[in-house]
Amino acid sequence: MSKSAMLEVKNNDPIGTLRDFFRDLLEKKVVDALLIPKKLPSGDGYCQTLIRDPELLVDVNPFAPTLPVQSAKLISHLTIMDPGCKVGAVLKSCEIRAVIELVKFLQVKLDRLILIGVDCPGTYEPSDYAKMSREKGKGGSITGNLLKGAREGKIKPQDGYDLRLACQICEYPNPQNADVIIGLFGHNPQKEIYVELRDGLAGELAEKGILATTEKGSSSRDSVIERLTEERLKRRDEVFDAFRSRVKNLQDLMDALSTCIRCHNCMVACPICYCKECVFKTPTFEHKADQFLRWADRKGGVRMPTDTLLFHLIRLSHMVTSCIGCGLCDSACPNDLPVATLFRAVGQKVQGLFDYTPGRSVDEEPPVATFKEDELQGESGTT
Amino acid sequence: MEEFEPRIIAFLCHWCTYTGADLAGTTRQQYPPNIRIIHMMCSGAVDTIYILKALIDGADGVLVGGCHPGDCHYQTGNYKARRRVAILKEILDQAGFTEDRIWLRWISASEGKLFADTVTQMVEELKKMGPNPMKKLWLA
Repeated sequence: MSKSAMLEVKNNDPIGTLRDFFRDLLEKKVVDALLIPKKLPSGDGYCQTLIRDPELLVDVNPFAPTLPVQSAKLISHLTIMDPGCKVGAVLKSCEIRAVIELVKFLQVKLDRLILIGVDCPGTYEPSDYAKMSREKGKGGSITGNLLKGAREGKIKPQDGYDLRLACQICEYPNPQNADVIIGLFGHNPQKEIYVELRDGLAGELAEKGILATTEKGSSSRDSVIERLTEERLKRRDEVFDAFRSRVKNLQDLMDALSTCIRCHNCMVACPICYCKECVFKTPTFEHKADQFLRWADRKGGVRMPTDTLLFHLIRLSHMVTSCIGCGLCDSACPNDLPVATLFRAVGQKVQGLFDYTPGRSVDEEPPVATFKEDELQGESGTT
Repeated sequence: MEEFEPRIIAFLCHWCTYTGADLAGTTRQQYPPNIRIIHMMCSGAVDTIYILKALIDGADGVLVGGCHPGDCHYQTGNYKARRRVAILKEILDQAGFTEDRIWLRWISASEGKLFADTVTQMVEELKKMGPNPMKKLWLA
């Protein structure tokens, strides 16, 4: 059960109004620290900032349209040991889904965490954002322009730029599993912002005089989300279809991944790859000269660095069941390999085997961590 | 032309399939010598890296052998192996490698005959399939 309210926007400034809301949360001790995107002094972008002093809320922007890192990893650092106080985190839907997955892998504890989810029209590559902000001279309007279309769910990226592909095909524009939801869709952001609170929190905020809520939701928001989700699903299926018709056999896959230099950037950026020491960075993969020569002997020659195909296939087998599709692997790849599309397209099928949707609920066990006795009873474990 | 002889890498669990293979030997069951056995403590200890590495380096088939469901010495290792193999096979399927070169079989310590039959059958199937195309891929 949840309760909601419309936050009245003052001076046509939705972000300023939300800043006041966050100031209330901090000053009235709903949270003791707040993780939120804050504009860099250079104006080139945003970075998640852990704020204790409300004065530092200047220039924060919950709708910052970039995703330089996956905050789920930051949340892991903040909560794996008891932080000793309540931490609020302003996150996009993909970040919350990653948090939910990390809870299941015991990398995040929810006890002292208040998840504040925002509606997300999509994000730009950080480098694109920096370019745009220099062109415009001020970054604020980039968010403003994106918000304009959010009311109707008609998202128009800045001329000459595109949102990240992962965002274009993301079927979760609105956050799930958040304690606080800050809604953009379906309302005029110059006038009002939709806020939804989990029951216990609704009581606390009312008591502290921050926000009074009712049981009424927002039907206009719901219908915009429905339409936007439908559009994104359509785009997603187009991208999947294109990828599948491109990758029909192993040679095609190797062609798609052929420029991989095994820098491990995709793995470092991935919120689900939480292992402290990945097997690919252990001595297991520090081969001796005679080993390389033997491989070269067997095949006539061997590409160096070796094990690029193995790396992607193993990463798939380790984490694709929990891939939440944030696409940060794409952003991290120096050679623009279609890693995110590969992981999402393969993920769709593998997750389907176990009727599993990563990020849906903390109560669902990840497929790699459990089993059923009466499943996969065909030959070689087929269904 | 010399007939193609497939090479199979087998990861066999200590408690069931490896012992089953032993029984096949002591009871003088005949089976083709195309198999190279790697002794594991449990099918649940077979990392997908082992399977893929074997295939990418040119093995024509990989056999993972474990205890029958419910019989695992460590209670649940074989159920975990079953999921892991299912996930791997689906990934390979999606990656366009649809050939059935990874076999997961439950063979108990008393099933020496079944072990010999399984290897015989696998060699036959792999002969029909021909050599693993990855054998020649210097890029992989």
